[in-house]
Amino acid sequence: MPSTQTLIHAEHVSRDYRLGETVIRAVNDLSLEISSGEFLALLGSSGSGKSTLLNLMAGLDRPTSGAIHVRGQNLAELDSQGLARYRRETVGMVFQSFNLLPRMTLEENVELPLRLAEVDRPERSRRVAQALERVGLGPRRQHRPSELSGGEQQRGALARALVNQPAILFADEPTGNLDSATGEQILQLLQEIQVTLGMTIIMVTHERPLAERFANRIAVLSDGRLVDQVAMQTGARA
Amino acid sequence: MKGRDLGELAVRNLREAILRNSLTTLGVAVGVASLVAMLSLGVGLQALASSRLTKSGLFDAVFVTSRRGFGGPGEGPPKPNPIAHEKFKPLDENARQQFAALPNVVDVYPQIRFLTDVRYQGNSYSTNVLGVPESSRSASAFDSITGKYFSSPTAEEAILQADFAKELSPQPATLVGQEITLRYAERRAVSSDEISKEQDIDKQLDEIMSGGISIVSREKKLRIAGIIESDPSAGIGGFGGGRVFLPIRVAEQLHPAQANDVQDFVRGGGSGKPTYAALTIRVKNPKNVLQVEDAIKKLGFNAFSLLDAARSLRLVFTVFDLFLGLFGSLALTVASLGIINTLVMAILERRREIGVLKALGATDGDVRSLFFAEAGAMGLVGGILGVALGWLIGQALTWGTTIYLRQQDLPAVKISYVPWWLAASAIAFAVAVSLVAGLYPAGRAARLNPVEALRYE
Repeated sequence: MPSTQTLIHAEHVSRDYRLGETVIRAVNDLSLEISSGEFLALLGSSGSGKSTLLNLMAGLDRPTSGAIHVRGQNLAELDSQGLARYRRETVGMVFQSFNLLPRMTLEENVELPLRLAEVDRPERSRRVAQALERVGLGPRRQHRPSELSGGEQQRGALARALVNQPAILFADEPTGNLDSATGEQILQLLQEIQVTLGMTIIMVTHERPLAERFANRIAVLSDGRLVDQVAMQTGARA
Repeated sequence: MKGRDLGELAVRNLREAILRNSLTTLGVAVGVASLVAMLSLGVGLQALASSRLTKSGLFDAVFVTSRRGFGGPGEGPPKPNPIAHEKFKPLDENARQQFAALPNVVDVYPQIRFLTDVRYQGNSYSTNVLGVPESSRSASAFDSITGKYFSSPTAEEAILQADFAKELSPQPATLVGQEITLRYAERRAVSSDEISKEQDIDKQLDEIMSGGISIVSREKKLRIAGIIESDPSAGIGGFGGGRVFLPIRVAEQLHPAQANDVQDFVRGGGSGKPTYAALTIRVKNPKNVLQVEDAIKKLGFNAFSLLDAARSLRLVFTVFDLFLGLFGSLALTVASLGIINTLVMAILERRREIGVLKALGATDGDVRSLFFAEAGAMGLVGGILGVALGWLIGQALTWGTTIYLRQQDLPAVKISYVPWWLAASAIAFAVAVSLVAGLYPAGRAARLNPVEALRYE
């Protein structure tokens, strides 16, 4: 089992969106604790608030009320610069649609977070090569995203998320645009990263079987509320 | 993000939408070009005017008269000046050497103008002779000379004014190389001793005066060196009117009797030494005029120059430049709207990319800087292209003007001129305008919510 040290602590978090006259409560008074080194799957149908919760924890969005503590720091209290730094140094992100920048080579895409973090050039190329090796894309580093398959693109996106050596990896429907075999490969890669790097992984998905196979714990969301939590015995650490 | 990375990303983004960004940059270039062309015209015309005026010999000269109140050129009616009466300084050889020793003084020469009888082939013609200083060699009046300028500052040669030459011969051109004879009145200084010996009768005069002058008729043979259309020193009150020109040194050696000799005599202040009615001081550069003028005033003489006229001319050109610049800036304003449009479009197009950058940890400042860098790069490239284009337009204008002037039998002139400061400030201005234009788009891009930006398809 993963270590029991709490890494993220969400307390009574709510997030409201205005849609014309009506107010939609995407996340409703939700509390959740995530331990360091854990692989958590946020499960739910579309509109359940799982992506919103992920964005809040990733520092891309701010809660309307409540607090999200990461390593004791309340994200709600950070200014936009502080949040940017949190995203740059503590967080890696993978998206459903990969979001590699089309006019850059794979290598340049992976290098982007290092540019933003103002890492020196020699150190950058070393870490880019390392990250691409880890996801098995070393030979394809000069290719543009359009020249890569979906699975390769998602692996490239994963390399970009890992290159800054973050503490937490957020994955928003990482298999959503992939066929099931490729999706499984990606999840295997995530699991491997969790085990070898001891990284905390929080993944949003609506595919229960995949979550059950790879995650340590499943949190089920519905209408912005946490309705169920299941600890898996079949997880990676089993 | 570091500056170099920012630059690389900006260039990459600009290359991505190459057509749109090129068109926008071209818009800036056209704006800058119109600004540069307009201003280069202003600068060029100003340079042309000042070079012509400098050549006229009016703006690099200081005119000096004695404080005795002869009413030198431009001085107006003499004003009562108690100090001048107490200790006036004669404008004599001594003063002339003092002026010549002043810094930045090229030449000091008197106005020598006297009545003469010119004899040519048995006929006699009455006219005025004018001494011409060596520094007038470059004066525009001598540009279209028939024959040649004086072979040396002391050559016994004369240059005739065209109308006068026609009086001498129906084919004036054949006069060049011929000889004429001048008959003139020589002024001779007579010491008081001489007066007492030679003119015993008039002892009273001897008591009143310490010296005197006598006037003797003389002749001088001169070779005709050339014929000119206009008077090289016309334009200053009282200076024109010469029809036969001699090198001033030759003219001085003749010691011709002049109007102020009589004035000296009448005033009784003359020591027998010649004084000058006025001296003209030529300075190296019109810029030195004021300084030399001040130095001469300190020496105790009246000095004036036509720099005031030049100054008002400068005012006219400044206003001229201002309006040309204003019209040029208008084009650049339109171009800056193009930049705003292009960047706002780019934000819409690159919403998702901005979202990704933010998700990867880019600060609002990073995003703002990126858009600023893109706007600045368009301004820089547009500015450089624009200066080149503006220069070409100026060249074309000069070329067209030259053809026109040639048709009118006039010498070619350079009407457009792009000095380095104009090029540099036009580029700087283009970058500044582009950055201002980027202000709104960059701010908007920076404020973009990353979650919404990432959701954008």
